[in-house]
Amino acid sequence: MESSRWKRAVRGLLNNIKMSSPILLGVLLLIGLINTLVPKEFFSRIFTGNNALDPLIGAVFGSIAAGNPLTSYLIGGELLISGVSLVAVLAFIVSWVTIGTVQLPAESLMLGRKFALLRNGISFLMAIAIAVLTVLISGLFG
Amino acid sequence: MKNPLKKIGANWLFLIAVALLYLFLGLWNLQIVVSALEVFLVLLKKMLPILGVVFALVFLSNLFLNPKIVSRYLGKGSNIRGWPVAIVAGILSMGPIYLWYPLLGELKAKGMRDALIAVFLYNRAVKIPLIPMMIYYFGLRVVVIVTGLMILFSIGNGLIVERLVRKEGKTGA
Repeated sequence: MESSRWKRAVRGLLNNIKMSSPILLGVLLLIGLINTLVPKEFFSRIFTGNNALDPLIGAVFGSIAAGNPLTSYLIGGELLISGVSLVAVLAFIVSWVTIGTVQLPAESLMLGRKFALLRNGISFLMAIAIAVLTVLISGLFG
Repeated sequence: MKNPLKKIGANWLFLIAVALLYLFLGLWNLQIVVSALEVFLVLLKKMLPILGVVFALVFLSNLFLNPKIVSRYLGKGSNIRGWPVAIVAGILSMGPIYLWYPLLGELKAKGMRDALIAVFLYNRAVKIPLIPMMIYYFGLRVVVIVTGLMILFSIGNGLIVERLVRKEGKTGA
């Protein structure tokens, strides 16, 4: 009884590795490609200075970008210094860390297509809402 | 006649598609592919220890968790107690988001709620070790507000995703 439980657990693990390894390798390869094709300086050129449009631009490019959140903070910090609005930078970093366009195929395959599309779509809208609310609330204290 | 693509499996098809993308790009510009592969190898080396932890958790979940237990703490029967569990687990989990899909897929099969999976994934964006870096760039006030809002919005995210997935499921059926 006990040994069959172990056998079942090992079999489950092997099935999981077999199922997820190609997906994880594919995602890592895609991230490698995006990091190579999109230089970090690219992000400073995409903002327009328009307060209504820039948060949307920030959220769109934050969603597409892939990589360590630390990179998003570094880029966000540099964008702020170069004069991009706080609301646009926040939309950029919140969407960077909450949305995974590159990982979407992997999320769809392992958690369901509907779930992945809805979760990322709603997270996109929420990134803009969080950015706007943060700036508004911060303004109240300040 | 059986569709040979179905036999291969969507996971392998995805990897083959990415490999083909590399192949075509390599024909056009080999240097891009070499640089991308270098980034890939650096990432892979960094991810392997975390992946080891994730697969260890998958093994332990297969060993100790059954649908009844998952349902009690993270399923429909978990009521209010599932939310803090998903939030804290999401915040404390390490590594990139996609490394956690295998474990979440396993827990979903055992009965974990879609809402709590979404909450876990959303809270992975809250990185405690990186907060000092955020404060350096954006200031304490902004970091406290944005972090609080992200945790709060994660609950809304979970509820909306679950409701819409269920609704879509019903209309799709």
